[in-house]
Amino acid sequence: MADAAITVEGAEKRYGAKKALDGLDLTVARGTVHGVLGPNGAGKTTLVRVLSTLLRPDAGRIRVAGHDVVREAYAVRLRIGLLGQHAALDEELGGRQNLELFGRLHHLGARRARARADELLERFGLAGTGRKAVRQYSGGMRRRLDLAASLITEPEVLFLDEPTTGLDPRGRAEVWNSVRSLVGAGTTVLLTTQYLEEADQLADRISVVDAGRVIADGTADELKAATGGDRIDVVLRDADRLDAAVALLPLTGITVDADRRLLSAPVTDRMEALSAVVRALEQAGIQAEDVALRRPTLDEVFLHLTGDDTRMKEAA
Amino acid sequence: MSVHALTDSWTMTRRELARWQRQPVQLAVGLVFPVMLLLMFGYLVGGGRGVAGDYRDYLIPGMLALTMAFGLEGTMIAVTQDLDKGVIDRFRSMPMANGAVLVGRSAADMLQSVLTLLVLIAVGAALGWRPGGGPAALLGALGLLLLFRFAMLWIGIHLALVAGRPELVQAVQILVWPVGFLSNAFATPGSMPGWLGTAVEWNPLSHTATAVRHLFGVPGAESGHVGWAFLWPLALLAVFFPLAVRRFARLSR
Repeated sequence: MADAAITVEGAEKRYGAKKALDGLDLTVARGTVHGVLGPNGAGKTTLVRVLSTLLRPDAGRIRVAGHDVVREAYAVRLRIGLLGQHAALDEELGGRQNLELFGRLHHLGARRARARADELLERFGLAGTGRKAVRQYSGGMRRRLDLAASLITEPEVLFLDEPTTGLDPRGRAEVWNSVRSLVGAGTTVLLTTQYLEEADQLADRISVVDAGRVIADGTADELKAATGGDRIDVVLRDADRLDAAVALLPLTGITVDADRRLLSAPVTDRMEALSAVVRALEQAGIQAEDVALRRPTLDEVFLHLTGDDTRMKEAA
Repeated sequence: MSVHALTDSWTMTRRELARWQRQPVQLAVGLVFPVMLLLMFGYLVGGGRGVAGDYRDYLIPGMLALTMAFGLEGTMIAVTQDLDKGVIDRFRSMPMANGAVLVGRSAADMLQSVLTLLVLIAVGAALGWRPGGGPAALLGALGLLLLFRFAMLWIGIHLALVAGRPELVQAVQILVWPVGFLSNAFATPGSMPGWLGTAVEWNPLSHTATAVRHLFGVPGAESGHVGWAFLWPLALLAVFFPLAVRRFARLSR
């Protein structure tokens, strides 16, 4: 793809016997937000470290912003910003001192580094922090400063590695708003996350990663559709009747959540399934509290793709 | 890239100076601690077994050298903290000269060591101690001490990169102290059991201390140690400088 900001072909990285990246392929179009979704240990952080030149891949052809991450690491570094999993700041210095330091290391020169620091502090709502050391910041403030530090030179490509892990809901909303405002400016963003909601909220396209490779790729809607489209949820009044209902209902692939007295199954024809379920329950005298049709959640998509839903069904 | 090597190194040095400014107490404690050791050993513990002549003349050069050895800990703590905080990852993902992180660290640590030496010498002078040999000898002694500190600095960087985590610094502290005290900083090797005395004589710290004593005209300090005080740090640097640089480059593995 000519206008790709990131292309990864057959990336491999092993640590001893463990393959952190196992032939991973990925393409991210310029000016889009791409979500990389996966559980702990799927290889998300390794991927970000390879893309941001921190880690040398064992194999694969990897280009970021038009340059090879191994042979042209310096050219890549000129064009990227990185927000790692842990705040990469000097904890003893203040917010402005940190941004000035990183500005100077980007060779902006003293005056422009200072001006840029002011600008970013203002933009991320940190202008009032004065000389306070980063050590004394709240989690959300620290993350915003960290994000500001990764934007010193308005990078072409920005990597966000689990940007909201460990933040409270308010801190998470702060970071999400900042990311949304960036996208408008034309930056390409690659975002890793364990939170499906985060990928759904922020990303144009999503790659689902498991065991070091991409197992599915598409928009949130495409991924949801791939899991079988709509679902029907039935909540029973009486948990004792769950087994009877499973045996009776004209549905396949039913999952059971006993705590919530909930049955759930994929459907093809929405209206037919709805009336068939209501009829069957009525005839058997099983009382339902709620019957609803809905689109699958990304959680279900994810479990479906990683094969964990079969395990769930067996357990149920 | 190399165009930026100097400016980036200076920026990284300034980062350390800014940290001093933010934490003046920590800097002061670092400067006062050797003074406390000097006063303790000079006046409280009553060491100086086997020392002929004024114990102060023997002790102060020993303390100067010992303080340089203990600097290893400070270097190691600072590097492991940067590694732990992830800030080194940010530096490495930026278009800056690769070595500037380590050069900045060395420059700041050497500057702190100069300050420490000057404070110790000033306190010694206030107590009535006068080094012999004149200004040239004083400069030569400072040079040997800082050369020794420079070797300790790169051992510290290497150990920090190997350990990777601040928790492991304690393990090194447990080792640095015995090595520091298994020297002739406080007492002559002749006053110790045979095997211990031999180990103490081999300790690079002992050579630097004796060389400084020789330059200051302390009786019994032979001139031959000046050569060893050159060779030992250079040999240590020849081993640990390339090891540390390689370890740093291998952070990308």
